[in-house]
Amino acid sequence: MATTAVRTPTRSGILRPLAAVLARIGDRVPFFLAAIMLGASLALPYWHMTLLAPQYPGGLRVVIYLTKLAGDVQEVNGLNHYIGMMKLEEAATFERAIAPYGVAALALLALLAGLLRRRWTALLATLVVIFPIIFVADLQYWLWYFGHNLDPHAALSSAIKPFTPPVLGTGRVGQFVVETRFGSGLYLAILAALSALVGITTRLRGSAERG
Amino acid sequence: MGQAPQGDKEEGRIMAENRERPPFQIGQQKVSRRGLLGAAAGLSAGALLASCSVLQRKEETPKLGATAEEIIKQRQLTPEDVTAALMTYVPSGKYDEFLMFSSTGHGGQVLVHGLPSMRLLKVIAVFSPEPWQGYGYGGYTNEVLEGGYFKGKPILWGDTHHPALSETNGEYDGEFLFINDKANGRIAVIDLRDFETKQIVKNPLLVNEHGGCFVTPNTEYVLEADQYSVPLGGVYAPITEYKEKYRGVLTFWKFDRQKGRIVPEESFAIETPPYWHDLADAGKGPSHGWAFWNSINTELAIPGLQEGRPAMEIATTQRDMDYLHVVNWKKAEELIAAGKYETINGFKVIRMDVAAKEGVLFLIPEPKSPHGVDVTPGGDYIVVAGKLDPHVTVYSFAKIQQAIQAGNWDTDEYGIPVLPFEQCVEAQVELGLGPLHTQFDDQGYAYTSLFLDSAVAKWSLGKPYREDGWKLVEKLPVQYNIGHLAAAEGDTAKPAGRFLVAHNKWSVDRYASLGPLLPQNAQLISIAPNQPMRVLYDSPIGIGEPHYAQIIKRERIKAWEIYPEVGWNPHTQSVDPNAVLKVGDERIERRGKTVEIWAVLLRSQIRPDLIEVEQGDEVIWHLTNIERAKDATHGFALGGYNINLSLEPGETQTIRFVADIPGTFPFYCTEFCSALHLEMMGYFLVKPT
Repeated sequence: MATTAVRTPTRSGILRPLAAVLARIGDRVPFFLAAIMLGASLALPYWHMTLLAPQYPGGLRVVIYLTKLAGDVQEVNGLNHYIGMMKLEEAATFERAIAPYGVAALALLALLAGLLRRRWTALLATLVVIFPIIFVADLQYWLWYFGHNLDPHAALSSAIKPFTPPVLGTGRVGQFVVETRFGSGLYLAILAALSALVGITTRLRGSAERG
Repeated sequence: MGQAPQGDKEEGRIMAENRERPPFQIGQQKVSRRGLLGAAAGLSAGALLASCSVLQRKEETPKLGATAEEIIKQRQLTPEDVTAALMTYVPSGKYDEFLMFSSTGHGGQVLVHGLPSMRLLKVIAVFSPEPWQGYGYGGYTNEVLEGGYFKGKPILWGDTHHPALSETNGEYDGEFLFINDKANGRIAVIDLRDFETKQIVKNPLLVNEHGGCFVTPNTEYVLEADQYSVPLGGVYAPITEYKEKYRGVLTFWKFDRQKGRIVPEESFAIETPPYWHDLADAGKGPSHGWAFWNSINTELAIPGLQEGRPAMEIATTQRDMDYLHVVNWKKAEELIAAGKYETINGFKVIRMDVAAKEGVLFLIPEPKSPHGVDVTPGGDYIVVAGKLDPHVTVYSFAKIQQAIQAGNWDTDEYGIPVLPFEQCVEAQVELGLGPLHTQFDDQGYAYTSLFLDSAVAKWSLGKPYREDGWKLVEKLPVQYNIGHLAAAEGDTAKPAGRFLVAHNKWSVDRYASLGPLLPQNAQLISIAPNQPMRVLYDSPIGIGEPHYAQIIKRERIKAWEIYPEVGWNPHTQSVDPNAVLKVGDERIERRGKTVEIWAVLLRSQIRPDLIEVEQGDEVIWHLTNIERAKDATHGFALGGYNINLSLEPGETQTIRFVADIPGTFPFYCTEFCSALHLEMMGYFLVKPT
C-alpha cells in the first residue's frame, strides 16, 4: 500500500500528505511491527497436539511454546513409555534454552532495520522471515527423531513400527488419533515474517529508486 | 430430568467424532506372541478393541413408534410403566440430577445413589473397614477408625442412621456429610471433596444415641442425643437407680469448617432427665438458635421381665403424651462462655437445673411415642409425628415463644418447665396409622411416612405456605413398612420438590428370592406438582438398612477429580512431607531395626520393587501415586500382612508395621490400571533371624 502511494504522486486532497507520510515510514513500520509480534509470540503457544482415545473422553493435550511444554505432558510421557518413546521434555532442549535469546536477537534485528534505514539492516532482517520455517523444520526433525528412536526394550516396542507424527494434521498411534495444529505464537511469528518481508521489499525498492 | 451438563455435550461431540474414525488398525507388525499381546493390550487398556468394534457398527435410523410399541408389547408394560421408565432412565454417559446420601443402618457405611436413575454410585466406608477403598487396612484410615474406639476397644462396625449434609443459610452447601453410629454413640465426618471419612468422634457422655446427625443452619453445630439413657459417661449404676443416676444428653458438636473436623474441646452438652431422645431438628429462619428433640419413655420405665416388670414396649407406651424438648442453644453458648458448666469425661456439660433456670431447656407435651420432629422450610413450624397417634402435630414457633414469655408453666418431676400443649399447637392433621417422618416440597406440601399403613401421606401446610392448609391431600401405598422418607432437599430452607424416596424396611415380594435375608426397598416417588404421587422405581438395597437419607442437587457438590497436588495426604488435606514427587526420588533407608521406604506408583510400576528386611524390622513405607490422570488409581496390597491401600491420583499414604512373619511376599497393584497392570508388582522379602 505504501509503495503504491509512492508511485502515484498525482493524488490530491488529504491523500497526498498521507501518501507522503507512508512513503517516509513505509519501510520502517513493518520492521517495528515484526519486532513487537515476534517478541509477543514468546508468550504464546506455537504448536498444539491433541491425542484422542476412547478412555480419554476430553482428549490429552500437549502445548509447545518456544520456551516450555504445557498440558498433559506427564500423562503423555507415561503412555509413551509403553512404546519406548523418550520423554517429551528431552526433545529440543538446546532450542528451548536459546529460544529467548534467539527471538530477542531476531526482534533486535527487526528493530535495527526499523531504526537504521540501510540496505544491510533490511537484509539482516531476512532472518526474521525465515524463522517460522526454521521452527517448523526443527519440529519436524524432532517428531521424526522421537518416532524413530524408540527403546527396543519397551513393553510394546515390537507392536509399533517407527513412525513420524504429522506436524500439521491427523495421524494415528496405537489407539490414539493424534491431531496437531499451529498455535497463535507461530501464526504471530508468520505475521512478523510477512511484515518484515514487506519492510524489506519496500526498503530494497526504495533504495533501488533512489539509486 | 436429565439436564445435560456442558461436559456431556463435549463428550457427545467426541463420541460422534469417534464414530467417523477409520477402523482400528495396529498396522503391519511381526505376528509374534509379543506382538499379539501388544496389539491386544493397546497402549493402555484392552477395552478399546471392543469399543472400537461398536463404533464401527452402522447405525440404523430409529423408528421410535414401531420399535417402542413392540418392546412395550413384548415386556407387557403399562402406559404408567413406560412413563415411569422415561422419567427415570438416565442414558449412558449422562449424569443424574440429584445425589442421595443414605445411611446403611448396621451396615455401618453411607451409600450414594443417583436420582432419578436410583443407580448406586458409591459406598463410602465410615465405621467398618472396606477393602476396595483401602479403608482400615493400613495407612491413615486406621487412625480414623481408631478415633472411634471405645475405651481402647476396637469397634469396627456402626449403626448408621441419620446422614446430615453441611448447610449454609439452611441450604445444603455440598461440603461435608456427618453420620451417626447409634450403637456406640459416635459421629463421623466425611469430606465431600474426596468422599472419604476424615474423623470419628466418640461421645464421652453416652453409649447409645439416636438424635443425630442434624446440623444448625450454618453448620455451627452437629446435634446428637442419647437414645437409651445411661449414667453420664456410661459408668455403672444399678437399674433401680434409673431415675436418680441415669441421664439424657443433648450434644452440640462444634464443627470447624476450615479444618474439616469436629472440635470436642469447643463442643458442649446439656443434661436432661433420662427420657429417651429420639429424632431432632435444628431451627432455622425465625427459629434459628433453637433446636428440637422429641422423646419417648417419659414413663422412665426400666427393663426387668424376670423381676416381674412389664416388657419395655408396654412400659414405655403408657402415657398419652411424651415431651418435645425445646432448646435455646444460643443461650446455652452464653452459659458455656460464662463458665456455667461442669466438665465430665473432658466434655462441657450444662447441668439440667442450670438449663431449666437459665431458659435453655423447655418441654412441651407431644402425642404419643413420637418419632420424627421436622422443622418447616421457613422455620416457623415444628411437625411432630406420633407413631402411636394418627395425627401429625404442628407446633408454632411463635406460639412457643409466647408461651415462654407468658411464663405460665408447670414443671416435670425434675423441675424442667413444661409449656402448655394447647398454647403451642397450631394444628393437628389426621393422616393415618403410624406416622413417622415428614419432609417438604417447594409447593407448600408436606409428606409424612406412615409405617403401619405402608403409605406416604401428602398434606398441605397452612399459612404462609398455602391457603388450603392443614389438610390431607392424598395417600400413596408403598412396599412395604416405610421408615424414613427423603424428598429432594426436603429438610432445607428451600426444598427442590419433584422426587421423594421411600425407604421401606421390608421388600417381601418385590424381588427375586435371594434367601431369607431380604434386601431393603428404596422406592423413587414422583411428587411433581399438580399430579398424583406415583411410584417410579424400586431400588433394592442389599448391603444394609438405610434409615434416613438426604437428597442434594448434584451441582452443589464440587468434588475433586484427582487430588490437587502430587503427594497429597487426604488425612491432613495437604502435601505430605514424605511424599515422593517424581520417579527417581524413590529410596530405601535402613536405621538399625527400622527400614523406611519412600515409594512411587505409576503405570505400571511400584518403585522400589524389591524390599529386603530382616524378621522383626519395623517397616515404614511411604507410597505416592504420582498419576495426574482422572481415574488412574493404584491399589497397594501386601498379602499376608493384611495391608491394602487405595491410592488415588496424587495421593500419599504411610503404612507402618513390624515384619514379624518371615517369608516371601509379593506386593502388587490391586486396582486395574493399565495393560501391564499384572506386571505392576514387587517382592517384599523377610529374612528369618
